[in-house]
Amino acid sequence: MSFLNHLINGISLGSIYAIIALGYTMVYGIAKMLNFAHGDVIMVGGYMCFCATTYLGWPPIAGVLLAVVVCTVLGVVIERLAYKPLRMAPSLAVLITAIGVSYFLQNAALLIWGSSTKSFTSVVGGDPIQLFGGQLTITRVTIVTVLACVVIMVALTLFTGKSKMGTAMRAVSEDKGAAQLMGINVNTTISLTFAIGSGLAAIAGVLLCSAYPTLLPTTGSMPGIKAFTAAVFGGIGSIPGALLGGILLGVIEIFAKAYISTQLSDAIVFAVLIIVLLVKPDGLLGKHVSEKV
Amino acid sequence: MKKSLSMLLAGMMLVGTLAGCGGNTAGTDAGNTDEGSASGAAFKIGGTSPLTGDAAIYGNAVARGAQIAADEINAQGGIQIELKFEDDENNTEKAVNAYNNLKDWGMQLSLGSVTSKPCEAISTDIYADRIFALTPSASSVATTEGKDNVFQMCFADPNQGTASADYIADQQLGTKIAIIWKNDDVYSTGIHDKFVAEAQAKGLNIVSETTFTDASATDFSVQLNDAKDKGADLVFLPMYYTPASLILTQANAMGYAPKFFGVDGMDGILTVENFDTTLAEGVMLLTPFNADATDDKTVSFVTKYQEAYGEIPNQFAADAYDCIYAYAQALEAAGATPDMSNEELCDAMIAQFTSMTFNGLTGENMTWDTIGAVSKSPKGMVIENGAYVGM
Repeated sequence: MSFLNHLINGISLGSIYAIIALGYTMVYGIAKMLNFAHGDVIMVGGYMCFCATTYLGWPPIAGVLLAVVVCTVLGVVIERLAYKPLRMAPSLAVLITAIGVSYFLQNAALLIWGSSTKSFTSVVGGDPIQLFGGQLTITRVTIVTVLACVVIMVALTLFTGKSKMGTAMRAVSEDKGAAQLMGINVNTTISLTFAIGSGLAAIAGVLLCSAYPTLLPTTGSMPGIKAFTAAVFGGIGSIPGALLGGILLGVIEIFAKAYISTQLSDAIVFAVLIIVLLVKPDGLLGKHVSEKV
Repeated sequence: MKKSLSMLLAGMMLVGTLAGCGGNTAGTDAGNTDEGSASGAAFKIGGTSPLTGDAAIYGNAVARGAQIAADEINAQGGIQIELKFEDDENNTEKAVNAYNNLKDWGMQLSLGSVTSKPCEAISTDIYADRIFALTPSASSVATTEGKDNVFQMCFADPNQGTASADYIADQQLGTKIAIIWKNDDVYSTGIHDKFVAEAQAKGLNIVSETTFTDASATDFSVQLNDAKDKGADLVFLPMYYTPASLILTQANAMGYAPKFFGVDGMDGILTVENFDTTLAEGVMLLTPFNADATDDKTVSFVTKYQEAYGEIPNQFAADAYDCIYAYAQALEAAGATPDMSNEELCDAMIAQFTSMTFNGLTGENMTWDTIGAVSKSPKGMVIENGAYVGM
């Protein structure tokens, strides 16, 4: 029974990593850049929802919507101001800029909301579900997180695969120059990608804080790094890969803690990552793209 | 060509700005020193403190507690004290910068840092600079170890571990004990190690020992499940209040309700914004200060603090208050004057602190050994109806 408990906890943690990883993967797959500020957009989403529900007394769903709207706008603004001017610059410059944006967001949050810990009220109310006479507990947040994760993954796959805008995104991802020649507005497409990625970050932020209810300006940074690892693990750029990578990472982390050692859990998680990348350098579901000469 | 020229110009401008900065700092320094000697009779006491950042509750409490003590002492007209705190954000590099700023200001006596890691970082400089330091709350052993001029007002970490184990054994609070500790943190590991050693000596049964780090301080399901499966009826939490608040929330969600026992880092959990304080109901902690005590000293301090800052002072505020009074007592006994050099003051203070007995808010008959660790007896506290109550 404790095995099942651990499995559920692992899937719960993993689905949060997966939603964050989906944001990373979207942006990387289409704009070909690692948006290290993604974790901090998550934090902003958490604070927005916190302010709406705690200070303004809004219902949870309105708080989530506010978080999504603010983060979407924030994502587009960041892209316009910080990344667009560097579109032609080497990728290393963009990477450093992203780290700069990350610090900027953290410090801005420190100024606005202060440094003291805030306790987040879960947006998903209700008592946990008890099974087998209370031996197995599943919190409602876990169920919502897993469902949200699957719905988002399916929606994104359909969107990039079937819609016109999605086709444009894939075209931009493959060859920006050629896409532009075919009449695709590259800037709009990349902005839209950031809008979707940041909207996902807001949802991830709200779910993260609902499951683990402390809110600090650094709340997003560690889950952000873990989720980035998950995205690479699953094959960065691949949407189902992000889901698989996230959930596997969460489950491995919890199992390593439970059955091997709490002290070594992170070392084990990253050792698994190294082994996978040695065997499959593009991640579990990543596609190998050979460089054209 | 054009680009390299502009780079060169930019470089020159940068150098110009830096030189300007240097000049300015030197200017203000001189100004400050003049001012200091003009006002004459005040001792300059400085400390670095996390006024912002994740430990700000402690930092602000220390700054406020110290200020109340300084105001009281200055009002008596004898020894005059000028206080200054610089923000270190609980960050070692920023603490060193903050300490250097305080030296530029003309600090004669130091309050070290509020938290352990920053205090360890600056205590090497404190030792080299021969400035006497008395930290209100940096409790790690490395803070004072090998430095004859760094003293502590709080318990050293190991003593908290030992005292907690003694308290649990003497009061028979639990038969099966679980420990969750943060193994990348010197504060948490120090307490854990001594707790385990003392628990074995006292015959306490430790059934579960699990850890977490900064990177894994969100999910505690495994640690709590382990404690629950092994039937622990008391969980010892040697950590700060932020992870502790998560542990309490998650234990509640999984329907696990053992006794929780914390140390001084738990102090502050009730002030976390929007935290459901009913979750902390019944949590016990060992702390040297009890704001509910009815003696005159405590009542007067708590009233003043509440009037000025609108909240009940925690142990950190009381430790800082005691620091300033201990300084005043030592300075008076040594017949020190503000025009003495830092080194003379340092020697005088070392002589006083290793020989004097001090009565403060956080304990009666406190003494210090030559290492700089304090000896005083802790009080057990329990959280009832959202407030700390003495046990």
